[in-house]
Amino acid sequence: MTAYILQRLIQSVLVLLAVSIVVFLAVYGIGDPIELLVPPQVSAAERAAMIRRLGLDLPVWQQYLSFLGNALKGDLGRSFVHGVPAAGLILARLPATFELVLLAMSGAALIGVPLGLLAGLNPESRPSRAIMAGTILGFSLPSFWKGMMLVLLFSVALGWLPTAGRGETVSLFGIQTSLLTLDGIRHLILPALNLAIPNMALMVRLVAAGTTEAMTQDYVKYARAKGVRRKRIVGRHVLRNILIPVVTVAGMEFGSLVAFSTITETVFAWPGMGKLLIDSIYHLDRPVVVAYVMLATLLFVAVNFLVDVLYAALDPRVKLTGEMA
Amino acid sequence: MTLPLLEVRGLKTVFHDLAGAWPAVDGVDLLVHPGEILGLVGESGSGKSVTGFSLVQLIDPPGEVVSGDVLFKGEDLRSASEERLRSLRGDRIAMIFQDPLMTLNPVLSIGEQMCEAIQEHRNCSRQDALKEASRALSRVGISSPEARLKQFPHEFSGGMRQRVAIATALLNEPDLIIADEPTTALDVTIQSQILFEVQKLSRETGTAVIWITHDLAVVAELADRVAVMYAGRIVETGTVDDVLDRPRHPYTVGLLGSSAASASPGERLKQINGAAPSISARPSGCPFRPRCERALAVCEQIDPSPQILDGHGYRCHNPVPEGSAL
Repeated sequence: MTAYILQRLIQSVLVLLAVSIVVFLAVYGIGDPIELLVPPQVSAAERAAMIRRLGLDLPVWQQYLSFLGNALKGDLGRSFVHGVPAAGLILARLPATFELVLLAMSGAALIGVPLGLLAGLNPESRPSRAIMAGTILGFSLPSFWKGMMLVLLFSVALGWLPTAGRGETVSLFGIQTSLLTLDGIRHLILPALNLAIPNMALMVRLVAAGTTEAMTQDYVKYARAKGVRRKRIVGRHVLRNILIPVVTVAGMEFGSLVAFSTITETVFAWPGMGKLLIDSIYHLDRPVVVAYVMLATLLFVAVNFLVDVLYAALDPRVKLTGEMA
Repeated sequence: MTLPLLEVRGLKTVFHDLAGAWPAVDGVDLLVHPGEILGLVGESGSGKSVTGFSLVQLIDPPGEVVSGDVLFKGEDLRSASEERLRSLRGDRIAMIFQDPLMTLNPVLSIGEQMCEAIQEHRNCSRQDALKEASRALSRVGISSPEARLKQFPHEFSGGMRQRVAIATALLNEPDLIIADEPTTALDVTIQSQILFEVQKLSRETGTAVIWITHDLAVVAELADRVAVMYAGRIVETGTVDDVLDRPRHPYTVGLLGSSAASASPGERLKQINGAAPSISARPSGCPFRPRCERALAVCEQIDPSPQILDGHGYRCHNPVPEGSAL
């Protein structure tokens, strides 16, 4: 186990290093932030001073090395636009995104897994076909359009839910959350639904395919020959086997939603990390974009590790051992 | 004679495809008495496994049991409700499957998989169920059973897993065990150990066994009576001595002649000419006719009906004369 963790740590560091190089070069290539940051009426001398202060006069490899040196000390740079540490800026937006994604993913799992079981157990039945057809819609509708349609239906036409924004929040252990106020939850429903729909479709497909396959396995027939009730066969024998791929995908999706729910956050003006990323790209706020991608990578590395640990818990054949020998 | 434990009449199971319904089991009659071991013998594709699953109505689409009676202690299983069948399966009628590597659920512990066989049939605490499971494991020769119950299937060898399956089958002291080639995947030493144990347990508990196999040597060692299957039907049935020592059906004679035990060292093994007919191309009349050296004109026209003589029955127009076979 220790060898395994050590091995994973080394891998993670290498991944972070590779990502940092790629993202730094990419952001460098997008454009020159000076054009956006410095007002046109400023004198040439002031302009040069500003470039020097931001470190933009150095060649790209020197900029990268100084970024790397600071990053090792835990400093991911300061936002050009806001003048505050980029990491702090991003982390301040994390709770808003996190609660949105948490709600979306639990909704997707709580609805998607049972629907998938239903569809997988009777693949030929009419409700199952309807569910499977629905998943195609869930996958293929573009997020921005679906978000606007949700607003149009539930906010404009029916007037049930607010159109945008985060609503009232309360502080819990120093973190602002809208999960504990009625107004906050009303604001959460539509964006969470928008994020949940494609993931729900994914879960349904995964679980349905897994269930159909598992039901033909010998261990299911053997369980029936032992007189095990159908409820237990499905809930214990089958579900336990198909949870493994579901956990993998749910983990990856969780990571990607936290990092990149930009479209939904933009449509619903949700003050989360995705909205910040889009704004920072518009303003060519390089430190924020780079810090953002680095934190997102860190998140994925962490989620991957968590998924592996869950594997070992779900599948007794999996042992977490390092290949250090 | 006591009341039979299981009585099967004219059992027919077909498999549907786009072209029609093909009979895998085609009019099987079987009789099993309490405490008796019946060997159901046949080559691959003869329908012996399908017969086993048909008895407990565990045939899934595209398969279907279409006719016949299956009377278990006088109760017709074909018209029994799904819940009634469930309560019988694993309790009164237990099954052991062919491939021990595939039948245990890889992600559930042995203890859980054994306990559920108890707890789905009677009120029993997990503690008591585990105790029973542990006793069953030691009965089939598995040491330190308490520790073994906490383990998972991948921590057991093939032979050990089959012992687990046998122990599981014994948990509720069933009246009948249907064992579908349970030792085929195992090596010979373990096979004979398991045969010995099954025979012993059958004697001790009075459990009847239907032992499905293609191996005549196993039948000779284990069974009281034999039923020989060919192309979905029983072609010869009787006591082990009757069928193996005084076979009447040319197919049984051919099977016995082709076994390694009947050949002298260095001699080529005899074989039955031709191959078993596929399910979709059964010949007219007697299905064995194209491969039979004793076939008459009538064999092409009329499928012989079973002739029961003193419990030794065979389906043949021109049986091998008694005493002349081997």
